[in-house]
Amino acid sequence: MAHEEGQTHPISTYLWIWGLLFVFSFFSYMVDYMAYQGILRWSLILIFMMIKAGLIVAIFMHMAWERLALIYAILLPPVLILVFVVLMSFESDYTFASRGAYFAFGS
Amino acid sequence: MAKTATGAKALQPGMAGFAGDWSSDQRAFKNVHWGKAMMWIFLLSDTFIFSCFLLSYMTVRWSTTVPWPNPSEVFGLSVGGVEVPLLLIAIMTFILISSSGTMAMAVNYGYRKNRKVTTYLILLTALFGASFVGMQAFEWSKLIHEGVRPWSNPFGAPQFGSAFFMITGFHGFHVSIGVIFLLIVARKVWRGDYDRGDRGYFTTMKGGYEHVETMGLYWHFVDLVWVFIFAFFYLW
Repeated sequence: MAHEEGQTHPISTYLWIWGLLFVFSFFSYMVDYMAYQGILRWSLILIFMMIKAGLIVAIFMHMAWERLALIYAILLPPVLILVFVVLMSFESDYTFASRGAYFAFGS
Repeated sequence: MAKTATGAKALQPGMAGFAGDWSSDQRAFKNVHWGKAMMWIFLLSDTFIFSCFLLSYMTVRWSTTVPWPNPSEVFGLSVGGVEVPLLLIAIMTFILISSSGTMAMAVNYGYRKNRKVTTYLILLTALFGASFVGMQAFEWSKLIHEGVRPWSNPFGAPQFGSAFFMITGFHGFHVSIGVIFLLIVARKVWRGDYDRGDRGYFTTMKGGYEHVETMGLYWHFVDLVWVFIFAFFYLW
């Protein structure tokens, strides 16, 4: 066991996840097809996106069976991107306000 | 600490194991092939690259005073006179997910040392990937024909074109490189390189079926990035 480096799981696991990914992709496509708008649209898109990303990373990429040393090393650093998102949202608000004030018809 | 028959220290689960692995004064990623650990670290760096693209897209979209083109209409196709929103993008999404499914099964059959099925599944994955790139080429030529350029487009904010070509172009490039490497790995599986432990030409180290899993990690990552592009660029 200590030198076991492979990942062996039943094929049915992958078929199940494949099916679920199809279902959630279909749902997120339906969000656009039904033309939902506003908060409902954005929250549905984000929910389906996170479910799909989670399934791919956890099962297809086998993260669910890895040791915490690898899981934390790979999955924690991207959380910092959220800080970047906040910074850039302030920045784009400021740019938008400046453009509105000085170049009302510019791009 | 308990010792196993091979003399190696038994690995602890949970947070104790996390602290133990990192402070073991040896390799930190236990039970993980070095190639797989390196691929994960490469994918982490690639995550930041794609994040920067999506973040710059977010910034230009929020800061423009000109209305953003409606992706639902821009990427719509008319089928028999009926406008279907995002049709091609939806098909591309399902194709890429299918390629991820066949790749996951290829990894599994690789560890079972089933060379034939592994080869076919990897080739099928490559075929899905190639058709994805083909559809993207169609999408690009359609938009270019309609007058979308990195600096302007007839639908609205000029930043749309630069964000579109940059993000989908970089992703398509990843898929293309992935298809090439899938074909290389398929050939190696077919020849039985991983059964004999032949040395690879990049590292000159002995290869095994972990290579298929490492290749799979890259391929699933390409699918993962598409999940985010689909959500933020096409659906938002």
